[in-house]
Amino acid sequence: MTQLPQSTDRKMGLVIDLDTCVGCHACVISCKGWNTENYGAPLSDQDAYGGNPSGTFLNRVHSYEVQPAEGHAQLIHFPKSCLHCEDAPCVTVCPTGASYKRVEDGIVLVNESDCIGCGLCAWSCPYGARELDQAEGVMKKCTLCVDRIYNENLPEVDRVPSCVRTCPAGARHFGDLGDPDSDVSKLVADRGGVDLMPEMGTKPVNKYLPPRPKDTVEDQIDILAPLLAPVAEEPKGFLSWLDKTLEKL
Amino acid sequence: MHPAPSVIIFTTLSGLGFGLLVFLGLGFPAVSGWMAFAFFAIAYALAVGGLMASTFHLGHPERAWKAFIQWKTSWLSREGWCAVLALIIMGLYAIGLVFLDQNWSLLGWIGALFSLATVFTTSMIYTQLKTIPRWNMNLTPAMFLSFSLAGGALLAGQTSVAIPLLLISALVQMLYWRKGDQAFACSGTDLGTATGLGVRGSVRAFEPPHTGTNYLLREFVHVVGRKHAEKLRVISFVLAFVLPVLLLVLPFNHFFALLAVASHLAGVATSRWLFFAQAEHVVGLYYGKR
Ligand code: SF4
Ligand code: SF4
Ligand code: SF4
Repeated sequence: MTQLPQSTDRKMGLVIDLDTCVGCHACVISCKGWNTENYGAPLSDQDAYGGNPSGTFLNRVHSYEVQPAEGHAQLIHFPKSCLHCEDAPCVTVCPTGASYKRVEDGIVLVNESDCIGCGLCAWSCPYGARELDQAEGVMKKCTLCVDRIYNENLPEVDRVPSCVRTCPAGARHFGDLGDPDSDVSKLVADRGGVDLMPEMGTKPVNKYLPPRPKDTVEDQIDILAPLLAPVAEEPKGFLSWLDKTLEKL
Repeated sequence: MHPAPSVIIFTTLSGLGFGLLVFLGLGFPAVSGWMAFAFFAIAYALAVGGLMASTFHLGHPERAWKAFIQWKTSWLSREGWCAVLALIIMGLYAIGLVFLDQNWSLLGWIGALFSLATVFTTSMIYTQLKTIPRWNMNLTPAMFLSFSLAGGALLAGQTSVAIPLLLISALVQMLYWRKGDQAFACSGTDLGTATGLGVRGSVRAFEPPHTGTNYLLREFVHVVGRKHAEKLRVISFVLAFVLPVLLLVLPFNHFFALLAVASHLAGVATSRWLFFAQAEHVVGLYYGKR
């Protein structure tokens, strides 16, 4: 049913730390690697080794430069995948019921055998979180790795989304954002996590943690610095001879 | 947005076809027998032809019937229902007129209502999208409905109604362009809100996530062709409204009437091309584009 549930038991989602993300794209690759061979149709590529490669990805990392009114510009890496919105417009526009939001955990999924590939859900998503697979003609999106997080065949440590498990900087956190006592909710409260495009009224579950303020660089770095100034201006003795000889060569 | 030929053909032809069905259902012109057959054949060719074209852009056209399921929430589904009901009811009404010499006028009225509802639901598919500020305006349904009625009146040969309807459509078109040009700026969405970083300073897209293109850029970020938009607006306005009105006020002549229809059709198709090509999706912001 494409009617959204009144409320969901849990609100599983991601918290993305823009302070620690180093923009390595490891989550992009691990997401594609896991999802191309698990839930639903593979994530196809077109002309992968040619001059104009293009493909389906569920997670992509942008980079932005922020120039404050004063001080230095800051570079911020910005991973973006489905935000599993509470008021997901992508669900209600779907004519077939292929797009749905789960009551038990709030995950937004596509039932690919019902999808007619009309693309309307991607039109309605402000975040560009849905991509129509060119080979399969069905809509692909982040599944929150629904086939990992409850998968008892995996060791417990692996029962988190692939991108979270892979991130070398610990910039991606997974948990229940509906429970105010969960680690992720505390993290969001602590660091002032924000919604993307709140004006769209989608009520995203995923939150973004803004970068922390950077250290300021003082003019006088260290009171010991003058004592560390180089002592020998000119090389002497053997080194001086070597220097001059090499110079002549 | 990518101006896909299938959706341009669909909205243009179906709009015209259902507009003609509205007038036929209301009994303008009051036709019967083979004359009725000819009118209904034209209306069905346009409406059904357009609907068929719209299935071309589907990833899985063979599953299109599933689109009827979610009428409670989805405008696309509602459009499917309205279109099928309009075509069935008008089909019965046409059988009465063409073969049985019966005018079931109530059926005609209901059919006309569903024909109009089809055009309205089509427009709502676009209007509902907050992600495309230029479409997310009351003027979008006004534009689709007025164009459809004006085109229908023109095809139905109802000159006295067609002229005022064409003038109204022209006005709506101008307002739509004027308000549409400011819609994105008025929506309050920019790269700052998109990234949540706007409070810290001015945000600039530094590096895209991929070096090649992708579905999002192909579908939503259509910048080529927009540069001719001003010229195309003038062309579309003249073809869709100015020329047909001039031809209609001249003494009646079958050739002029045909020319008016052809000109109107070409003008509306151009306007529809602009409707898609100029529509900017907010996702373009993430790529530093619009
Ligand atoms: S991020 Fe986009 S695809 Fe995901 S739930 Fe929200 S609107 Fe739907
Ligand atoms: S593309 Fe598929 S999932 Fe998306 S709205 Fe169309 S039918 Fe539904
Ligand atoms: S949760 Fe899974 S599907 Fe979603 S972005 Fe992470 S790896 Fe990809």
